[in-house]
Amino acid sequence: MTRKQRIMLIRIVVAAVLTAILALLPDITALPLGSVAKGLLYYLAVYLIIGWDILRKAFKGILNRRVFDENFLMMVATAGAFGLALYEKSGDYLEAIAVMLFYQVGEFFQSYAVGKSRRSISSLMDIRPDYANIETSSGNLQKVDPDEVETGSVIVVLPGEKVPIDGIVAEGVSSLNTSALTGESLPREVAPGDEVVSGSINMTGVLKIRTTKEFGESTVSKILELVEDSASHKSRSEDFITRFARIYTPAVCFAALALALLPPLVRLMIPGMEPMWNVWIYRALTFLVISCPCALVISIPLSFFAGIGAASRVGVLVKGANILETLSKVRTVVLDKTGTLTLGVFEVTAMHDINDLDTTDEEQKRRIVELAALAECASTHPISKSLLRAYEQEVDHSRVSDIKELSGLGITARIDGLEVAVGNEKLMQSLGLDFCHCQSAGTIVHVACDGRYAGHIVLGDLIKPNAAKSIAALHDAGVDQTVMLTGDAESVALEVAAALGVDKVYAELLPAGKVEKVEELMAAQGKNEKLAFVGDGINDAPVLSRADLGIAMGGVGSDAAIEAADVVLMDDDPLKIARAIGISRKTLRIVHQNIVMALGIKAACLVLGAFGIANMWLAIFADVGVMILAVLNAIRAMRVKKG
Amino acid sequence: MKKSYNIDVDCANCANLVETEVKKIAGVKDANVVFMTQKMKIEFEEGADPDAVMKDVLKAAKKVEPDFEIL
Repeated sequence: MTRKQRIMLIRIVVAAVLTAILALLPDITALPLGSVAKGLLYYLAVYLIIGWDILRKAFKGILNRRVFDENFLMMVATAGAFGLALYEKSGDYLEAIAVMLFYQVGEFFQSYAVGKSRRSISSLMDIRPDYANIETSSGNLQKVDPDEVETGSVIVVLPGEKVPIDGIVAEGVSSLNTSALTGESLPREVAPGDEVVSGSINMTGVLKIRTTKEFGESTVSKILELVEDSASHKSRSEDFITRFARIYTPAVCFAALALALLPPLVRLMIPGMEPMWNVWIYRALTFLVISCPCALVISIPLSFFAGIGAASRVGVLVKGANILETLSKVRTVVLDKTGTLTLGVFEVTAMHDINDLDTTDEEQKRRIVELAALAECASTHPISKSLLRAYEQEVDHSRVSDIKELSGLGITARIDGLEVAVGNEKLMQSLGLDFCHCQSAGTIVHVACDGRYAGHIVLGDLIKPNAAKSIAALHDAGVDQTVMLTGDAESVALEVAAALGVDKVYAELLPAGKVEKVEELMAAQGKNEKLAFVGDGINDAPVLSRADLGIAMGGVGSDAAIEAADVVLMDDDPLKIARAIGISRKTLRIVHQNIVMALGIKAACLVLGAFGIANMWLAIFADVGVMILAVLNAIRAMRVKKG
Repeated sequence: MKKSYNIDVDCANCANLVETEVKKIAGVKDANVVFMTQKMKIEFEEGADPDAVMKDVLKAAKKVEPDFEIL
């Protein structure tokens, strides 16, 4: 509780006790000055204890020519109630005090609940490191401001501490918990030479890290900046409420004025009828109390903030409330293939003999991979690396000699004294070898040994383990259409699409072609439907920014993706897309529930108040009650299912 | 030049009001007041003295929202 809140609580308790005493007092006129208008002075004193700040704000508002706000509503309503009690000589001032008291209780609860949820959401996103350890010349650790650490210096991260700055492990092994960044709960093992991103928590061993960036440029700073900025992009619902409040409050005030004046005036004109001024003024005041718009004004931004917080807890950064709103309207999801649905790493998917048939002979398989791996052992090409991985053994370099890399063709080498050629069809052709044309989807590596064709290896880009599940989850989340775009060959694309259950595929696209396709799909959709493009952010920045909503994957460490996208998935798991959509839908549902509930209850009470059925007590309960319900409902947006 | 300040503001609507007022002040190019994070970001005009501008900012903010504080 803040100091302000504590003071408010004390005022509420004091005023409540005094009100109870006044209400239970058998004869107030027995007190000194108690005979003045049936104890008016005592009631006024309690009223001021609980409501002086509201009155002050209302007067300030009038001075600043900003008359119509909730303080003004409360001042008019309570002052009016006092006035009526004086006019009727009833001495019933309790109502005015009660209205002010309950209003303040509501405000107090609101500020407490909002403050508490604000802090818990912020702490979800709190990954800011406070210091960095630097080893001094004497070998002691010194804590310094991460801002002061220069690029290339060595920092020490003890177990349990956050990595403050991006860098490369210079010494030590440990496992890192990156869940604050990625939502991924499995720890990541690191050893010297590995990159580490700031914001992860060092769990087991002492690490010495050579920094590669300044603090301000490090992942953790970028993310914090993004999350903090996200709260400032207002959604259309929020704008709607701001505009709504601007018109609503004056409208309500004039409606109340009309309610106080018109019916009595009409009654005056009808002979034989009393104007009943006091009754209608009382109804007008009740009307004013009911109409206070606080529930809406507070609960909508709180819901969005809670939704953004919930998303960031599962490793999805949403750049603003407006984005969360767009995300909830996504009907078409366009996905890039490589790196998004597939791992972007080549693996051996098949091995065929000279007749293009699957080899079952383990001996022959091993022989082909061995030849290919040995020939490619000096190359840094991704395909060579995949072949070396498939070989699974240490390469004995003494067996290989005369390696010749033929650009665009492949490699020839002498292995165990035999001439070996490893490469594409063109290489086989240029060597005059008889080879078979493989129909499989993927990259084909042909192998020839000692002047004879030996067979070929099919390398494919592996589909991510969660990819098919993700596409199904998208459909479950209410996405009508999933589309896959790729620059790869049609045969590869169709095979992947069939395995995943994607609705549409467009293959052999250049980057510009992807933009065109996205534009085409956007033109085809309805007015309230949105299209999201998901890419790994490496070379699809133009598409990311062109789509209604750009979702970048693997945000950690990729500044370009963070810049270009509206939503950043911190890790590579495509399942997060459906989760993010789910969270956005839930948030929007809560926002709409609150709008409907608050306006509905208010409208009902307004009508009851106008006909004199609802009195001021019911009015203030409606106001405070609706607000409490709306705030509690808004906090619901923060909760996410784990896993 | 951009600066970020920690603030104390009571409600979302108050933050909006303060933002509108602060944007009008000479030397302020753009301003952003966020209730949820309790932060105010101000982009100053080229050549403006932030300290002098901030005095006006606080004054203007206090006028519309007496409880507003810059921490």
